Formats: sequence, structure tokens, C-alpha cells
Amino acid sequence: MMPLLSILIWLPIVGGALVLALGEQRANAARYLSLLIAGATLALCVPLYMGFDNSTAAMQFVEQSVWIETFKVNYHLGIDGFSLPLILLTAFFGPLVVLGAWEVVQDKVHQYMAAFLIMEGLMVGVFAALDGLLFYVFFEAMLIPMFLVIGMWGGPRRVYATIKFFLYTFLGSVFMLVGIIYLYNQADSWNIMDWHALPLTLQEQIWLFLAFFAAFAVKIPMFPVHTWLPDAHVEAPTGGSVVLAAIMLKIGGYGFVRFSLPIAPDASAALDGFVIALSLIAVVYIGFVALVQKDMKKLIAYSSISHMGFVTLGIFIAFSIYRNSGSMHGAGLGMEGAMVQMVSHGFISGALFLCVGVLYDRVHSREISAYGGVANTMPWFAFFAVLFFMANSGLPGTSGFVGEFMVILASFRANFWYAFAAGLTLILGAAYSLWLVKRVVFGEVGNANVEALEDINGREAVMLSSLAFMVLLVGLWPAPLVDMMHVSVNQLLEQIAVSKIN
Amino acid sequence: MDLKTLLIVIPLLPLFGAIVAGLGRHVVGRAGAHWVTILAVAASCALSVNVLYQQIFAGLETLNFSVYTWMVVEGVTFEVGFLVDHLTSLMMCVVTFVSLMVHIYTIGYMQDDPGYQRFFAYINLFTFAMLMLVMSNNFMQLFFGWEAVGLVSYLLIGFWFKKETAIFANMKAFLVNRVGDFGFLLGIAAVLMTFNSLDYAEVFAAAPEAATDTIALIPGVDWNLMTVICVCLFIGAMGKSAQAPLHVWLPDSMEGPTPISALIHAATMVTAGIFMVARMSPLFEMSEAALSFVMLIGAFTALAMGAIGIVQNDIKRVVAYSTLSQLGYMTVALGVSAYSAAIFHLMTHAFFKALLFLGAGSVIIAMHHQQDMRYMGGLRKYMPITWLTGWLGTLALVGFPFFSGYYSKDAIILSVGASERFGSDLTYWAVELGVFITALYSFRLLYLTFHGPEKFQVVPGADPHAHLPDGQLAHAPHESPLVVTIPLVLLAIPSVLIGFFTMQPILFGGWLSDAITVNPANDVVARIGADIDGPVGMALHGFVTLPFWLMMGGLTLATVIYLFRPSIAEAVKARAGFLYRLLDNKYYFDQFNQKVFADGTVKLGRGLWSKFDAGFIDGWLVNGSARLVAYVAGFVRRWQTGFLYDYAFSMIIGLIAILGVWVVL
Amino acid sequence: MITLAHYLTLGAILLCISVAGVFLNRKNVLILLMCIELMLLAVNMNFVAFSRFMDNLDGQVFVFFILTVAAAEAAIGLAILVVLFRNRSTINVEELDELKG
Repeated sequence: MMPLLSILIWLPIVGGALVLALGEQRANAARYLSLLIAGATLALCVPLYMGFDNSTAAMQFVEQSVWIETFKVNYHLGIDGFSLPLILLTAFFGPLVVLGAWEVVQDKVHQYMAAFLIMEGLMVGVFAALDGLLFYVFFEAMLIPMFLVIGMWGGPRRVYATIKFFLYTFLGSVFMLVGIIYLYNQADSWNIMDWHALPLTLQEQIWLFLAFFAAFAVKIPMFPVHTWLPDAHVEAPTGGSVVLAAIMLKIGGYGFVRFSLPIAPDASAALDGFVIALSLIAVVYIGFVALVQKDMKKLIAYSSISHMGFVTLGIFIAFSIYRNSGSMHGAGLGMEGAMVQMVSHGFISGALFLCVGVLYDRVHSREISAYGGVANTMPWFAFFAVLFFMANSGLPGTSGFVGEFMVILASFRANFWYAFAAGLTLILGAAYSLWLVKRVVFGEVGNANVEALEDINGREAVMLSSLAFMVLLVGLWPAPLVDMMHVSVNQLLEQIAVSKIN
Repeated sequence: MDLKTLLIVIPLLPLFGAIVAGLGRHVVGRAGAHWVTILAVAASCALSVNVLYQQIFAGLETLNFSVYTWMVVEGVTFEVGFLVDHLTSLMMCVVTFVSLMVHIYTIGYMQDDPGYQRFFAYINLFTFAMLMLVMSNNFMQLFFGWEAVGLVSYLLIGFWFKKETAIFANMKAFLVNRVGDFGFLLGIAAVLMTFNSLDYAEVFAAAPEAATDTIALIPGVDWNLMTVICVCLFIGAMGKSAQAPLHVWLPDSMEGPTPISALIHAATMVTAGIFMVARMSPLFEMSEAALSFVMLIGAFTALAMGAIGIVQNDIKRVVAYSTLSQLGYMTVALGVSAYSAAIFHLMTHAFFKALLFLGAGSVIIAMHHQQDMRYMGGLRKYMPITWLTGWLGTLALVGFPFFSGYYSKDAIILSVGASERFGSDLTYWAVELGVFITALYSFRLLYLTFHGPEKFQVVPGADPHAHLPDGQLAHAPHESPLVVTIPLVLLAIPSVLIGFFTMQPILFGGWLSDAITVNPANDVVARIGADIDGPVGMALHGFVTLPFWLMMGGLTLATVIYLFRPSIAEAVKARAGFLYRLLDNKYYFDQFNQKVFADGTVKLGRGLWSKFDAGFIDGWLVNGSARLVAYVAGFVRRWQTGFLYDYAFSMIIGLIAILGVWVVL
Repeated sequence: MITLAHYLTLGAILLCISVAGVFLNRKNVLILLMCIELMLLAVNMNFVAFSRFMDNLDGQVFVFFILTVAAAEAAIGLAILVVLFRNRSTINVEELDELKG
């Protein structure tokens, strides 16, 4: 059998190196080659999806070979229902990012494209790694291209933003490194599956949980370690923002279901109130903060934090449902809701950042007040922008609704007030999204810049309509997406219902 | 084509029309857009009527089937499916018929608008969403339709997106509706938790078993679960059906073009809440407390919002407040378990209120977008058809015997009278008084618009070609074209007649009993039915009842004041200054919301952002730790003098220290 | 009789003189170099004394090593000094604070 996962990881990385080798002069060749590689990666996801078996929770497409023998480190890959949707999401954004930068990036094109391709491969690696150290290597390596992208093609405060971004995420992941080394010492293996089965005392679990929490909470990001995200987004070029919002944040949520919950179920159960409280603060508090932003990218960044609050909420309500009813029934809805929310937020936030990018490329401002009445000059853009902002506010029929709906429904089982607080996003999300639409898209033509705007071109139409298609597809028919994860979710729920303390 | 396919086609036709007219608007052109959409709605109207016909005459059974499975999680199926019973088919016919009329009317009304195709796409999309809402067989799809009509309403209120007031109104409408939806969603979550299903049939079948379940919202205090569910669901209805205090969006929604005021904000979308509660009757019947709550909210809305209508000068706003008041009546009917009366009033109201709105639109065309009634008057001789249909609609609205509104409104008033529910006495007087107020503002509208002296004046700048520099019309107002008047006539017919013919089966014939469950102890409609002797008898009896004389009182007062002695109005305005200001400011709801919710939220957001996010987290924790490092380094750097002898000195000191430690230990 | 203590005392005095030279000298890097040489000399003195009194030749071997290193060091140090003087036109210690934090 073909080592499909390895190809998905290394094709973009090697391809990125090739693009880099083309040099600065052959910018067009770099563009086409990058598009080809990203497209091929996406095409390779078809056999991955087709070959994936929905009916088993076991790891599939497993590849294993020795990497560092002395320390028992293996090159060990495999996917289950949690990884597959996120890998598909990652591959989906590859061509979009390349297209998004097509005419916009004129400076060091080969490096820009190469950075994104390499990043894509590394992110697939994060989702596919089953060896703890391999995961850590991908997890950290991924920061480097992003660091370069923001630092080289970013806005005026890019140095501050990159350093903040790097130090924040790095600080978190150092704790995770301590955690995985401890686990290696205990289990004498780097295999994540062995760690899942490792019995640990509550004390150990709590320390491990906190170590992983530090890494993933920063990545998601959860309140109160979220402040790197708005700065990073504001300074990042469009493609950087898209990848950051659409995929990188998901690694935090993925980490919770891959590491925190199965490795430290008792600690997760003990600390779930803490995580839920932070999630609800993220949903409500960040909603208020998003409302008053003057910068479009900042507003979308804050709304991302608020939406990612649903992910952690959906994952962690399982424990209080279990405590309430003695069974995990209902928790699956929350956890699948969290996964759907991740995928959906990927599409929507990616689309929103592309929309802002479309405007930024023309006017070179992200300030809301620099616009007004864009619908007059860009009707098609207005159509897409309204669609995506509606999706962002969770309109049924769009993917934004599905995850929120599932998580709110599930959290009602846990506690009425969880559902109440989470439900406030219905109002707050609509408020900040629509207020932005009102000020940017609707109204009389605001100024000469808006007067001179040209509607989206074919390239932008392709990007936005493919995202619109995905947003509507997931919104109208989420069954294929949730079917991928049923078995894995159920297995995880069974796993965390059993105490690890012996 | 078998029936199921047919039923699927009914909502899909308008969706198809919307896509063609909307996305392909440059391809199909103006005429193409209106033909595609009108034919789509006409076909779906014809098919809906066919379904109703089969139900009435061919004994078609209730259909409940799934169209496709949205997803299955933990054994709970979320699906898109249709439940077509008598209630559904009635709603389908009302929706598609009014929609068809509005589509035709729009050809005339939006003639010169650059967004012609877009408008047709929107109203077609609305028809699709509304049909999905009424045909749903589960809570999720209901919520889909619920929010989808809200979306189209948002798009249509803000149709003239250059108008600042319009884009403010549409945002306000969406957000206020979202407050309702928030409650609605919690209600749905509670339903799922309790019944582990979102399918109507399964939930309603299991409802009696859950009647005594409790939920502790605040630890230690047990609430009846059914009451919680029903109140949450009703909060959704309050948003969509504009019940106080979530009514504030509806008057502002008049910023949209008039056809949609008729279609969405009078006839169909705003009645979705009423429909929903009627559909949920098996749940609401479980909770006496929730029904009382429904009734009192309805009573307040019916009376208080009608009163505002008396002091409004904008012709559309008068009709809008009238709509609020009539929605209040329907809600009252729901609250006293007279669901069939509520649906009956919903239907008659859909016809006559659409008629009144379209009539108002016709007047607005003639007056070149002047909406202020103080600058109208005497239009009777210029626009006879509008005038006549306006009178017919008004008579139906005020409940003149034999007109459709009479039957439905009287049934509600009688039901309230027969009810023994907590608060029904108060409600009874509210709805009685409401009749007087309805007559007062309705006839005031008629007199100011069609009768009395001509006071034509045009809004400055509204339409530069149509009037003279001093604001006078350049030419006499004239009757609207046929595409406008034909829908008026077609709507006038059911406005007058439909009550007479359908009252018996809908109210007393148990025609809706396949959809509506009423606890026999609460069945006020059956109780009043015992005393009613057919439509003729009921109407004749109507002449000697209190509501009739209250209505006549309103008519007389309006006639005296607005036709003969306008000075009285001014005098009352001056004397009862407080009351006038209260009504003119709509009880200060808007000011309160603006100050407390809108400004408060923004202030809170700014405060949290600048104080907590930027101030505390970023300023203190993040940049603070960076500053701490810099601060400590600022001290430490002083050791680093750069002079060799200092380094040597510290080496020696270090050596001595280490040696010292070594010797001592 | 000259005992080991005398030699060690001499070594210590030499070392102290050189350390004092390093600390007190604010003028010339050349003197610093000379002080370092003196310091090495003090160490050498100790090595030789120990070697003689303990009948072990290892110490004297070490002295040769140190002498070689000291010579190399002096050569390199002087070379650096010349370059330094060329670049900065001064070998005043007070002015050589490039390492200041």
C-alpha cells in the first residue's frame, strides 16, 4: 500500500524546497509550481477520504518505522476520526492560500509560497503523528514558517507581533515537552496509544493535564492567553491570517482530544469546571470585546476566540453530563459539535480573512471606518461578505450553525446556565458581525477609495465561492462530516468514562 | 408525480426562482426575473391549494415523512422532513397566496428600482423559507426556517441599503429577533434533553409523561420542566411575532419597501410565532403557567401597541402598530388555549392586513413616496379602487359583522371571556378596549388619507420630477396601475368573505384537531361554540354585543374628530400632554433599549477591551512580564561595566566565595 | 634555612602584586598584560617550590608548559594590542568598555 500519509506530509515540504530553489527571479514558475503541489496534495486527500473506514475507531493508514533507536522514537503515523477532518481541512486551504497570494505578494514570491507549502506539510504531520516526539517536532517546526511569514510579509508592527506569537506559543509548548518526557519515562514509549493506556495517579494526571493545557490553551487560544492572536492576525499577510485562523488554532482543540482527555481523564474530570468557565468567558467576554473593535481583522480575530470557546466547551461538558446522568449519552453531541465547530470555523474564518484581504488589497486599510457602502461598487463581494458574516453569526444552513447548535444542545444537558451563556453568542455574534456589515458593506459610498473599488476578479471569485460552497454544504448536510468521527468519539467517551487511577 | 415529490417541489420552486433571479439577474433581466419568480410562486400556490383541496374533499391523510437525514448523532436523528396536516396546508395556502399577490404587486411598486431582480429573488427566497418553516416536522427544521425568514427579512428591510435608517432598522430587527431565537434555541435544547428527539410526533407523544418533570435552574429551586420549555419557546415567538418587549423591531422594519411590509411584516413571517405555539399546543397544554404568561404578554401587546397607532402620522407605521396589536390578539387566543381561534385570526389577518399594507403602498406611489398622512387627504376621488379596498380591509380589521375579521376577533374575545385562566379577567378588558382603539386608529387612517381636504405635500427631494419647487404635486394623484390594483381586489375578496365560509370548520368543526391538542378542561372554543348558531347567527348576534358598540364608538369618535372637528385632536394633544408624549415615544422602549442595551453593550465592550484585554492582560501580564525582564536587566547590566579590572575583581570575589564555602563546609 | 613557606609566601606576594596591578591599573593595557605574566610567574614559583620539596619532577614539567603558554599568550596579547591601538588609537583601559551592558 502507498504510504499516503507520508506523501501528504512530505509532498508539500519537498515541493516547498523545490519552490524555494527556483529563486526570486522565476516568480511565476514559483506560483504555478506551488499551485500544482497544493492541488496535488488536495487531490491525494480523495483516496484518503475514500479509503477511510468510518466503522472503526482504530488508527488507519498506519506507518511505523524506527527513527531514533536509542530513545525508542518512531516515525509513527496514523489517523482516526479526529484527525481526518482536520487533515482534509488543511489540504483544502493549500490551493486557496496559493491563489490568495497570486498577484498580491510580489516580494520574494518563492519564499512566501515555500513557507506555506512547508507549513502545510508540517500541519498535516501534526494531525497524523502518533509518536509523541514526532508530534512535538511537527508542532514546533510549524511555528517557524509562520514566524517567517508574519515577520517578513507582515504589517508595520510585525516584529512585536511575531515575537509575541512565538514566545506565547513557545512558552506553552515547553511545558508540554516536560509532560511528554515525563510520559516517556513512565511508559518507556513515545507511542501516544501507549500513553492513553498508561495508569497514572490523580496527582500525576493533574500536572500532566496542566502541562498540556498550557500548550493547547495558548494555541486555541483560550481566555486569558488569547492576546497574541489579535496582534498576530492584524500584522500577518492575508494568507498567514487564513492559515492561522483556519488550521493552526484547530491544533489546540485537536490536542485536547488526542492528549489531555485520554491521557489524563481523571484530571480532566476534576478540572472540567475550570476549563468550561474559561470557555464561557471566551464566548461571552470576547463577544463584547469583538463588538467594539475598529480594525476588521482584529474583530474577526476576537470572534475566532469566541467561536473556539465552543470547541473547548463541547469537549469538556462530557464530564458534567456523566456526573449528572451516570452515562455519556449526550456528550457525543457536544464533542462532535466541537469537532464540527473546528472545521466550520476553519472555513468561515478563512473566508472572512480572505474577504478582508480582498478589501485590503484594494484600499490598503483594515479600519472599519475607512469603508462604507462597499455594496454599491462591489455587489458580488457584498454577496459573499454578507454570506460569510451571516455564517459567522451562526445562521442555520451555514456551517457556523451546526457546531454551535450541537454544542448548545449538548451543554443544556450538562447545565442550563452553560447553555444560557453559550447561547448568548447568538446575540453577540450577530451583533458584531452585522454591525461590521452595516458599517462596511451597506450605506452610501463612504469615500473616494470605495468609489474606485472594483468588484472581485475571477481568482477571488474562485476562492470565495469554493469556501461558500463548503460553508453551505456543511451547513445543509453535515452527515458526511459527523459520520467520520462517530466511532472515534464514542471510543474516546468510553475511554474517559473509566478512571485511570488504580 | 406522487404526492411526496409534489410536496417537496412546493418549497423548491420558489428557491429555484430565487436562485435564477438572484444569481442570474443579469442574464434573465427584469422581465425574466419577475416571470420566473411569479410563475414559481404561482405554481407552488396552485400545488398548495391542490393539497388543501385533497384534504378537504378527498380525505387526504396527514403526511409525515423525511426528506433527507441531516445527521445522526448518538441515535438522535436530525432530519429535514415534512409534516403536512390541515394546519400546514392552511398555512401553505395563506403564505403562497399572499406571496403571489405581493409578487404581482411588486411589478408595479418597484418598477423604477435598480434592484428590481434582487427584490424578486429575496421575496421568492422568503417564500421558500416560510414554506420550510410551516411544513417542518421537527424542531431543527423549524429553527432553520425560523432563522431563514429572519435573514430574508433582514435583507429586505435593508433592501435600500444606502438609506441609513433602513440599515439601522434591519440590524435592529435581526438582533431583536436573535434575542428571541436565543430563548427558542434553549427551548429546543430542553426538548432534546427531555425527549431525546426533535421530531414533533415523537416529542408530542411523549409529552404527557414529562408533564411533572422538574428542572433546577437555580440550585434548590425546582421548576416545572414543561413551563421552562414552553416559556423558552415562547420567547422565540415573542421575537418573531413581535410581542412586547421584543416588538421594537417591527415598526422600524417599515423602512423596507411596502410589498415586504405586507408579505413579511404583516401576513406571514410575523405570524410564525403564532403558528409555532399552535403547533406546540401539546406541550403548551401541559403548562398552565406558561399559557398565562403567553396570554398576559399578548394582552399587553394588543392594547398598548394599538394605542400607539392613534398618534402615529406615518401611514405605514399606523398599519404596523395595528399589526402588533392584532398579533397580540392572536397571542391572547393562544394563551387561553383557543389555538384554532388564533390560527383563524392569523388567516383572516393575513388577507386584510396584506390588503391594507398594499393599499397604503398604492397611496404612497400616488403621493410620490410621501408617507405622512397629514399631507394626504381627499384621495378618494383620485384612487377609487384603493379607497374601496381600503375601506373593506378596514372594516375587516375593526371586526364589523359579516366581515372576516369579525368572526376571528369575536371568537378570540368570546374565548377570553369563557376562560378561567389566571389573568383572563384583565385580558378580557384589554381585548375589549382594544376593539375601541382599533376602530379609532383605523378610521383615523382612512379619514386622513382618503377623506377631508387635500393637503398634498411632497417630501423634499424624494422624487424631484414629480412635484413643484414649493413641495406641491406637479399633477393630480392618480390610481395605481393594474398590477397594483388587481392584487388589492384579489385580497379584498377573502378579507371580506373568508371568515363567513371557513369559520364553522376551523373553529368548531374540529378541522385543525389533527394538529392542535387542547386539554378538554381548557377547551374554551368548544364552550363558546355551544352558544353559536352558524356564521349568520353569530354575525347577527354580534350587533348586540359589547365589542360591536365599542367599535362603533371608535368609529364615531374618529368620524367626529378627523372628519369634522380636527381641532379636538389638537386640544386633546395639548390637554393630555403626558399621555400623548408617552404614546408618541412608544412608551420609551426604544430609548430604553438604546441607552441600556445598545450603548450599554458598547460601553461594556469598550471597558472590557481597554481595561481588561488591552489593559490588564496585555498591559500588565504580557507586556508587564516583558517590562519586568527589562527592569531586572536594567539592574543587572550595571555589573557589566565593560572594564576588565571589574571582571577580574568579580572573578576573584567569586573564587574567594567558592573557596570559602568549600572550606567552611 | 629557606623553607617551603618562604617560597609560597613569595609566590603569594607576587600574585597579590599582580592582582593589585590588574585592579589598580586604569591607564595601560600593556601593564595588564604584564600583570598577567606576573601572575603566571607566581604560579610557576609555587610549582617549582613544590617540585623541589616533594621530590617530584611533574611540577617542573608543568612550569615548562606554562612558560610556553605564557609566551604564546604574550605574543597574541601584544598582537591584539597592536590591532587595538590601530583601530582605537588608544590603549587606555578606561576607554575600552565595549562590553558594557
